Amino acid sequence: MPLGGVIFITLFIAVFGVILIYLARAIGGVAKRTSAAKMEIYECGIEEIEKKDTKVSVKFYLTAILFILFDIEIIFMYPWAVNFRDFIATGSGVAVFSSMMVFLAIFIYGLWWEIKSKALEWD
Amino acid sequence: MTSMGTTGFEITVNIVKTLLVFLMMVQAVPILVWLERRGSAFIQNRFGPNRVGPLGLVQLLADAVKFLHKEDFVPDKANRFLFYAAPVFALIPASVAYMAIPMSVPLILGESKFLIQGFDINVGIVFILGISSLAAYTILMAGWGSGSKFSLMGAMRASAQIISYELALGLSIVGVIMTYGSFNLTEMINAQMGALSFSGFGYGTTIPWLPNWGIFYQPIGAIIFFAAAFAESNRLPFDLAEGEAELVAGFHTEYGGFKMLMFFIGEYGHMMIASGLLATFYFGGYLIPGITPDEVYQFGLGTFGSEAAAHIFNSVAHFLMYNVKFALFLWIFIHVRWTLPRFRYDQLMDLGWKTMLPWALGNTIVTSIVIFCAAYFKF
Repeated sequence: MPLGGVIFITLFIAVFGVILIYLARAIGGVAKRTSAAKMEIYECGIEEIEKKDTKVSVKFYLTAILFILFDIEIIFMYPWAVNFRDFIATGSGVAVFSSMMVFLAIFIYGLWWEIKSKALEWD
Repeated sequence: MTSMGTTGFEITVNIVKTLLVFLMMVQAVPILVWLERRGSAFIQNRFGPNRVGPLGLVQLLADAVKFLHKEDFVPDKANRFLFYAAPVFALIPASVAYMAIPMSVPLILGESKFLIQGFDINVGIVFILGISSLAAYTILMAGWGSGSKFSLMGAMRASAQIISYELALGLSIVGVIMTYGSFNLTEMINAQMGALSFSGFGYGTTIPWLPNWGIFYQPIGAIIFFAAAFAESNRLPFDLAEGEAELVAGFHTEYGGFKMLMFFIGEYGHMMIASGLLATFYFGGYLIPGITPDEVYQFGLGTFGSEAAAHIFNSVAHFLMYNVKFALFLWIFIHVRWTLPRFRYDQLMDLGWKTMLPWALGNTIVTSIVIFCAAYFKF
């Protein structure tokens, strides 16, 4: 793994970004506090509303949980997919293929159940 | 650090090369923005930017100067650390992931061999998917850090959309991995060399006028990957992260000036990753259709007479070919944006979970059955 290169460029980009922000701050200057209303967050012409009150639909949470479940299952297929031809070549193809089909059946059942239980309905 | 080279010369060249790839990416953004505004104008039968410089090409430079002179604004309600950190982190996932895409055949100068890519990673696909999906954190940082409810709701929508399409994207690649039997992008490109040849039922056919590209083996996977890439980079028809009427500008409502520009660099960076990967997986990467890199090298050797010049010619020719494919896909991204209307949010989620995920699953199953049967029943 070219870890050195990855770390180097990540740090470089981070420093690059920080420099850009400071450059813009140095040239453009910090916003002058001419009135209290200027420093408020965007609102459609009325008094600003407290952030802590913002309610977010629980569907987003459900989507995230389902994503984690399915994404782990998909990531599990990657090592299987990359070695599939090697397994066939060494003669253990039937076992590897059938076990993945069982796994996929569980995956499909999970997806079907999730759709049937209306976990993915947005209204 | 051995991967960065063994001699001082190699390490220096590799560091400079990595920086060059990054700067190339950053420099491509103004050109893309110009192309997008100009292209959209011609599609909609108007002029677009045409005042500043020839064809309006200097417009984006003028914009950047204007952005630099904007005053630096942070709302009182914002979390200052997250508010400033989000644009910086927006640059990282897109740029680092793009580094792993090979752009040309390795350049051989004497004893040294330089890859025309940031770094060669043997698990290239996993690395790119892993790094580029960190963009969801950037969006959440911006949304939460702004302290505005429009930003927060936009960020929730954008991240839910990105993770939903990540499933279809990840699953459509399983077929590609099975076809090539490798995670390494360079190995995938090498597997696509030559003319298209199928074999079945004891007969083999070779179609000499078609290249051996992945799209002929994985057409459905290519379509799913392409569509999911639009959602991943928050482009129309999936740009639900922002909506003038309901969400203002989504997660970057409170941003302006250079910080806003950095989010744009991140967004265009994701488009570039998608275009590069699409070319690599399905359209032969940097390979020139009908000609192998070895033939290009021999042609260069015959024309220039020296090995070093032939190697440079080889790399440059393939680099240009890669850029032609890359630019073509970027143009498709832009053209689609100005052609299709956008989705409603529930339609978007339905498309991701109930249409694209099952199709990607079907593609995986069919691919594995075909490979299995081809090996066991010899058809």
